[in-house]
Amino acid sequence: MKFSESWLRSLVNPALDSDALAHMLTMGGLEVEALEAVAPPFEGVVVGHVLTVLPHPQADRLKLLTVGVGLSEPLQIVCGAPNVEVGMKAPCAKVGARLPGGLLIQAAKVRGVLSYGMMCSEKELGLAESSEGLWVLAPAAPPGQDLRQWLDLDDRLMTLKLTPNRSDCLSVRGVAREVSALTGVPYQAIPAVTIPTVSLLQRPVTVEAEEACPLYLGRSVHLDHPERPTPDWLVRRLARSGMRSKGLVVDVTNYVLLELGQPLHAFDEDHLLGSITVRWAREGETLTLLNEQAVELAQDMLVIADDSGPLALAGVMGGLSSAVTPQSRKIFLESAFFSPAAVSGRARRLALSSDSAYRFERGVDFSATREALERATALLVELCGGVAGEVVAQVSVLPPRLPVRVRPERVRRVLGVALSDDAILALLRRQDFSPQVDSRGFLVTPPSYRFDLSIEEDFIEEVARLHGYDAIPALPPAGAATLLPAPESRVEEYSLARALAARDYQEVVTYSFVDSADEALLSPQPSTVTLLNPIASQMSVLRSSLAIGLVRTLQANLSRKQERVRIFEIGRCFSRTGDRYEQERRLGGLIYGARNPEQWGMESTDADFYDLKADVSALLPQGETRFIPWREHLALHPGRAAHISISGQVVGWMGELHPRVAAHFDFQKPVILFEIQLDTILYQPLPQYREISRFHPIRRDLAVLVPENVAVGEMLEALQAVQLPVAHELALFDLYQGSGVPNGKKSLAFRIVMQDTERTSTESDIEASVAALLKVLQDRFSAELR
Amino acid sequence: MQDLTSILEEALAAFSAIEQPAVLEEAKARYLGKSGVLTEHLKALGTLSAAERPAAGARINRVKSALEEALQAQRNRIAELQMQRQLAAQALDVTLPGRGVSPGGLHPVTRTLERIHTLFHSIGFDVADGPEIETDAYNFTALNIPENHPARAMHDTFYLDPTHVLRTHTSPMQVRYLETHAPPVKVIVPGRVYRCDSDMTHTPMFHQVEGLWIDDSVSFSGLKGVLVDFMRRFFEQEDLQARFRPSFFPFTEPSAEMDVGCVMCHGKGCRVCSHTGWLEVLGCGMVHPNVLAPLGIDSERHVGFAFGLGVERLAMLRYGVNDLRLFFDNDLRFLQQFR
Repeated sequence: MKFSESWLRSLVNPALDSDALAHMLTMGGLEVEALEAVAPPFEGVVVGHVLTVLPHPQADRLKLLTVGVGLSEPLQIVCGAPNVEVGMKAPCAKVGARLPGGLLIQAAKVRGVLSYGMMCSEKELGLAESSEGLWVLAPAAPPGQDLRQWLDLDDRLMTLKLTPNRSDCLSVRGVAREVSALTGVPYQAIPAVTIPTVSLLQRPVTVEAEEACPLYLGRSVHLDHPERPTPDWLVRRLARSGMRSKGLVVDVTNYVLLELGQPLHAFDEDHLLGSITVRWAREGETLTLLNEQAVELAQDMLVIADDSGPLALAGVMGGLSSAVTPQSRKIFLESAFFSPAAVSGRARRLALSSDSAYRFERGVDFSATREALERATALLVELCGGVAGEVVAQVSVLPPRLPVRVRPERVRRVLGVALSDDAILALLRRQDFSPQVDSRGFLVTPPSYRFDLSIEEDFIEEVARLHGYDAIPALPPAGAATLLPAPESRVEEYSLARALAARDYQEVVTYSFVDSADEALLSPQPSTVTLLNPIASQMSVLRSSLAIGLVRTLQANLSRKQERVRIFEIGRCFSRTGDRYEQERRLGGLIYGARNPEQWGMESTDADFYDLKADVSALLPQGETRFIPWREHLALHPGRAAHISISGQVVGWMGELHPRVAAHFDFQKPVILFEIQLDTILYQPLPQYREISRFHPIRRDLAVLVPENVAVGEMLEALQAVQLPVAHELALFDLYQGSGVPNGKKSLAFRIVMQDTERTSTESDIEASVAALLKVLQDRFSAELR
Repeated sequence: MQDLTSILEEALAAFSAIEQPAVLEEAKARYLGKSGVLTEHLKALGTLSAAERPAAGARINRVKSALEEALQAQRNRIAELQMQRQLAAQALDVTLPGRGVSPGGLHPVTRTLERIHTLFHSIGFDVADGPEIETDAYNFTALNIPENHPARAMHDTFYLDPTHVLRTHTSPMQVRYLETHAPPVKVIVPGRVYRCDSDMTHTPMFHQVEGLWIDDSVSFSGLKGVLVDFMRRFFEQEDLQARFRPSFFPFTEPSAEMDVGCVMCHGKGCRVCSHTGWLEVLGCGMVHPNVLAPLGIDSERHVGFAFGLGVERLAMLRYGVNDLRLFFDNDLRFLQQFR
């Protein structure tokens, strides 16, 4: 809602300057988004009347004017404007005037002739980006009058950013009413003028959809001079609300819309056939709207129709065929109340926006419907001359305005503020709520222009609003001081993130929507979750794997000349089975480039599968975790990929990007990725103390040769499972292939640390244990002792 | 035989000049060994009379212990010297950079989320997590936003099918949480939200933190108290100004918009606050009875407040980031500034 401050002040004029008024509105819930001056500062510019125009004696392009500025003697002014002519009115900056930008006008010789001022264009006064010649003022402009005064250029423009509940402030009168409630200064009523009617053809009106249109008023108006120009004051008010002048009839309906908030529609009566019907559109009906958009009407769209079919989309936009033109001398003027439910959403569905729909879908004051019709009629008859017919009215059940109980106790409870009953009552009285006092509190009635007041809380907000939100103290609630549960075995995702960050990973946040081509290329199970209205075609599906965003982030950073990328993301991935959506939280990561940052004293080798495996392993809960070879993921190298399982359950995967996929993205080095269900790693069992041995540990190394395709993980598991007389720990500490090891074999060295908590292990126990371990390796893995 | 005094002087001078342990031991033998000059004196004691012997013996012993003491002192001195040489040889260039990996870091949004979490957790807020694909029933209807309500137009919604949307706010979790938790409740819900909007100041995905507190002692004044405290702690500006303006959300009544004094210019007016001195930071209000009633919660008994924070907004203000889109470009040169 944008309007001129002076228009508002003509209705209510509190003793506040513009900024204070704007601040008060903002703090009252009508946010003033902008407060702009109509014109930049300038002074000493008056209306000038060009009396004579003579050629400049010394210059072809200049003219010598005499300009009347309300003084006994006209001024001699040199002017170069192409459009200057005798009799015109134009702004005249007199000697001593100061123009925008600070230019001071002085008497000066221009090519040998004295000039006592300057005639101005709109551009020179800072009111237009460019101008062709002088600003032509209305013939009625009084010579010598200060231009700012004549055109009300000290006015300011206010733009309100209204919330959808405050449709009552979509008019200047509504804002005035609100200013009055906030300040206590009464606002001026718009004078009610009822034009005497004459007997004109009465067009019958039928409302079939009564619930959608509980009130419909219409009348014929015959105008003598609809082609007359719209008066300046009216054009100016429209313009300062951001509306262009479109002819007198339309301008008047727009003016009343802005003034009272009631959308009106004028039909060209010569293009109406028979009676007016307000009804739901029928299947297959179409309508070409005022904006020349042809729309197919749906059956839940309300139309104004005549005997030939739909004329207008009710409350949204009129039709082209019955539109008024400056030549339309007979018009049918409509003022109606369409219920919000009958209008809302329709304009949006048709990709339209109109001032009318914007108001009707939020709620229009149904007590002002007739007033607006009379106001528009009076203005039209005044400005064009003419006569008005009787008002045809169809009225059914208007929205109820039921009384609501407001209990002072409840007001204090909800707001947490010590307001007395009297203070609450006084605040309620500042608006048209007609509060009744009884033993249980107050009974208030919402006014017809408020569509957001139906329960006690709504009025509590009104009390708070007028009391001032800032006047309510800020006091933290006194809650019970109970400790929150703190499950120790739960790992916070922030700790996981920090653990990865400590291992030199950078967290990223990528969009949940991705390109379906990337999905097909990178995901183990490409996404089936598609957006109906994506913002871009490459953001049209919801990701099924974090891999897509990670790979794209890698690519983007490589193109920014990063050489080493180690990133992770925590986020949801999506899939669909039937009409069920799965949306699992996952953690995924990627490494690329050198294992360590390039530095002195460290060899620069590229990171590989095992680097990532160590990082992933550090995140997994204590207990049975496995990496199981996985060949089926087409985006991964079949020999360098694994499923990750915890306690027998597959919870994720890791692997190196398939060379073909890597080549597609032009990656020069191995890309190793992982992805794991987040919830499975947000758990770490509570530590359980085991007794520490008082005896010395005994270490034995076991070096064996095994066929090169034997999986070390299986050997370790087998060794771990052996029951020995002495407690033991195992680790692989060397792996070697090459000279000294036969082809097709690898040499492995295991460290076995044995320790008994009860006694010093005997040499024979130790020997027996090592023998038992070796036997397992020999029997199951064809191991030879080295 | 050399007299004792000159032996002592000579030996002390000799010892103190020696820097090699082996040479020192040789010198020791020269004086105290089996045929050492001092040993000769001892041997010569037998030639003295019984009356002279004790005094002479005592003199020799004094010299002997003086020599031994000097020897030991010289041994220590030599060891110390050797240590000095070794240390000098081992000295490093301590200005060389350390070896190994340097840590990575969290995304500034996560860092901000964690900070919000920490602050609300410190006054007993639980944390919940909710689905990002929502039904329109939870995203709108249950929050008192019926179909065709103009408020639906405020949210440019991504649709998956006619009844499923990407949540446009974290508020549906108010309803979901209350379905499984009876009042009193005190919870925050962080998460991603989506709106079909993309320009200089909007990204189609961003983060919110929803807050909900329903308890006997909760009121609008309490809402103000908690949020003012939060903002002061979050920005670590104890004198941070705050103001609340009436606003509209279908699921709260009364509703408010909270502004804080510009954290960049301290209210003086700058580019960040569009020269108003104020920054809009969140929407909040008292939970609407129409939200509570379908959940079987009696709003006569239970009063609550809710709020929704924009995480990127807070992160931008906190760290001086001037372009929202940087958060999702994932340029490592940007991200690495948040170590």
